[in-house]
Amino acid sequence: MVSILLISHSSKVADGARDIAAEMAGNDVVIVACGGTADGRIGTDPDRVARAVDALAFGDGLVILADLGSSVMSAQMAVESLPEERRAKVIIANAPIVEGAVLAAIEASMGRSLAEVDKAAQSAHTMTKA
Amino acid sequence: MDVKASMAIIKAMAEAIRVNKDYLTELDAAIGDADHGVNMDRGFQAVLAKLDALTSDPPCVGTILSTVGMTLVSTVGGASGPLYGTAFLYAGNVVKGKDRVSLDDAIAMLEAALAGIKKRGGAEVGDKTMVDALEPAVAYLRGPGRNETSLSSALSNAAAKAREGMESTRPIMAVRGRASFLKERSIGHLDPGAVSCYLLLKTIADSV
Repeated sequence: MVSILLISHSSKVADGARDIAAEMAGNDVVIVACGGTADGRIGTDPDRVARAVDALAFGDGLVILADLGSSVMSAQMAVESLPEERRAKVIIANAPIVEGAVLAAIEASMGRSLAEVDKAAQSAHTMTKA
Repeated sequence: MDVKASMAIIKAMAEAIRVNKDYLTELDAAIGDADHGVNMDRGFQAVLAKLDALTSDPPCVGTILSTVGMTLVSTVGGASGPLYGTAFLYAGNVVKGKDRVSLDDAIAMLEAALAGIKKRGGAEVGDKTMVDALEPAVAYLRGPGRNETSLSSALSNAAAKAREGMESTRPIMAVRGRASFLKERSIGHLDPGAVSCYLLLKTIADSV
């Protein structure tokens, strides 16, 4: 089953997005939240992101959803520092974090492939709200 | 420039960032998330602590720079961490194992730093980022700077180009980072990243 990593500048956003996604996807999908800096401020903890990516980039793969600037860059750096054969197991989804997390988690819970989970996350862009 | 001199430059960089911490944060408050000075200072203070731990066993210049890079990536907490961190890591890679830095080395290091920042952030000149300060400095070193007789005058002239590049960020609209969300409201403000980049280059030039 594809795992999901949520990276936000805020731990509340990352934790909250995980809770919303887990409510729909059930307990089988591994969803990890990485929010805020190591000392609890708004920002990113690239070491923690790197450890999470290293821990989750195996099996069916990992889809990452990140919010802004340093979150995205930390994700990219973590993927680049993986051994080459594991890099293809990770996709940084081009999607908004909350909606993307929910759609990706549901898709992952159905046992879909890495590419399908990424596609589901991206479909958040076509969600109509008004 | 030897290992001891490189170490002194890093310490001078930390001091320049400390002195300009509030100024950088003020610039970032105008068009960003008001943390650039605070973040950079946290990063460079952590760098100082790491360098103190290295002094017992004098390493090569490459090790010093990669230590700086890894520490900035780990401790800055904002986008400048991965950006400057990658710059130092790439520059360190160029002088791996070396205990002296020539003008050619310095040029290759700054070229590598620029390549690292562009790879990480995807910015080009004119996007209102640190690239606007760094790229003209590197272009100078790559061109006329190669024929300079001293490292010190080459780097001073490069820093002057960085200053012009930094000033060029004021009238333009941001294309990258948070400032880009402000669109035309980003016009009329210096880019904080371009300013910190100029300060670091000026510090290198002044310390050589």
